[in-house]
Amino acid sequence: MNTQDLLTPPETAYCELCGLPLQPLSLPVDGPKAEKDDGGDAPPSYHHARCADLLQLEPPRFCASCGRRLRVQVSPLGWWANCSRHGLHAS
Amino acid sequence: MTNSPPLQDHPILETARRQVLEQGIGLAREQLLDVLRLPDEALPALLELAHQVRLRHCGEEVEVEGIISIKTGGCPEDCHFCSQSGLFDSPVRGVWLDIAELVKAAKETAATGATEFCIVAAVRGPDIKLMNQVKFAIDRIKQEVDINIACSLGMLTRRQVDQLAGWGVHRYNHNLETARSFFPQVVTTHTYEERLETCAMVKDAGMELCCGALIGMGETLEQRAELAAQLAALEPHEVPLNFLNPRPGTPLQEQPVMDGKDALRAIAAFRLAMPGTVLRYAGGRELTLGDLGTRDGLLGGINAVIVGNYLTTLGRPATADLNLLVDLNMPIKELQKTL
Repeated sequence: MNTQDLLTPPETAYCELCGLPLQPLSLPVDGPKAEKDDGGDAPPSYHHARCADLLQLEPPRFCASCGRRLRVQVSPLGWWANCSRHGLHAS
Repeated sequence: MTNSPPLQDHPILETARRQVLEQGIGLAREQLLDVLRLPDEALPALLELAHQVRLRHCGEEVEVEGIISIKTGGCPEDCHFCSQSGLFDSPVRGVWLDIAELVKAAKETAATGATEFCIVAAVRGPDIKLMNQVKFAIDRIKQEVDINIACSLGMLTRRQVDQLAGWGVHRYNHNLETARSFFPQVVTTHTYEERLETCAMVKDAGMELCCGALIGMGETLEQRAELAAQLAALEPHEVPLNFLNPRPGTPLQEQPVMDGKDALRAIAAFRLAMPGTVLRYAGGRELTLGDLGTRDGLLGGINAVIVGNYLTTLGRPATADLNLLVDLNMPIKELQKTL
């Protein structure tokens, strides 16, 4: 892997472990949940807190920029992950 | 490991001391079940005994190995624990590793003090394309890196066994994974007997057999004892001991992580089943045992480690394990002693 191949990390929009958006695509503004005033759903950061923990022992599986599944190679002392759209990232 | 109850409080421990420690005879299946059923308060004494067995029958050295996947994902088999099966909705995508990267990884592995470098492929068995790639990789590594090469390429034909032995592969990994009685619940695309056939051919060809276990998949203690006894009967040179890391998308994704004390009991039981075998920490220990449990296992029968990362997941930093070995005054086995 030539380091010149590495692209600048794109803006983070998707969880690198589960591939879901870090921010909800649409926030509910009314409806039954809002009327009950139950404090609302947990923030997106809560849903991905466990993902962040798991990423201590996992390479990224999804592109942080577009959410595409990555091609990942792990080696004893590192890893690289390639997105077909956004290129290569390495440890 | 102090304040342990004396061995005579638990007859199986006294039996193990006489039979395994003093005579070098591994425990049988029913005896292993007694070990796995020992209460928590007996665990320190059990680990201490297993450690003494390891020191007497294997020595104080620890064998260090690195592993790498030459072909990741897309496997046609349905091993229910594996994220590389092409039959499950796993996030792992197919990747082939270039030889140059493989050689680089072998050099990095050797620099840690490791004496073993295992090339692994997610396949039922190797086809001509994979065998050619492995041959090329072995030649390049042998030219450039001072390290033993092992392979794990699934089920082999007799011709492939002979080829690998002829190319200088000194050890071949093919796991039983679990007990024969539990195997059909874990794998349906091949049989236990097919695994045993490859193991037998590897030994016949003069390669060292590395045949491991994956515990924590929902097997009973009886089946865990059965597995240890079945592995002992194979007389492998090495047993890598994995603990289930439930992988997203696999049938075992909801299986709870194994209890750490159960894992330590299993480590000790495997040592008492196979007093002279290389017993290696493999995948899943970070989740199941954590840092403290990793230390306990090294003082409870383990005498080899996979250093750094695994095939698709990350392990403890290599320096963490190497520093731990220094702390425990356990020297790394040198290359010439492994040949």
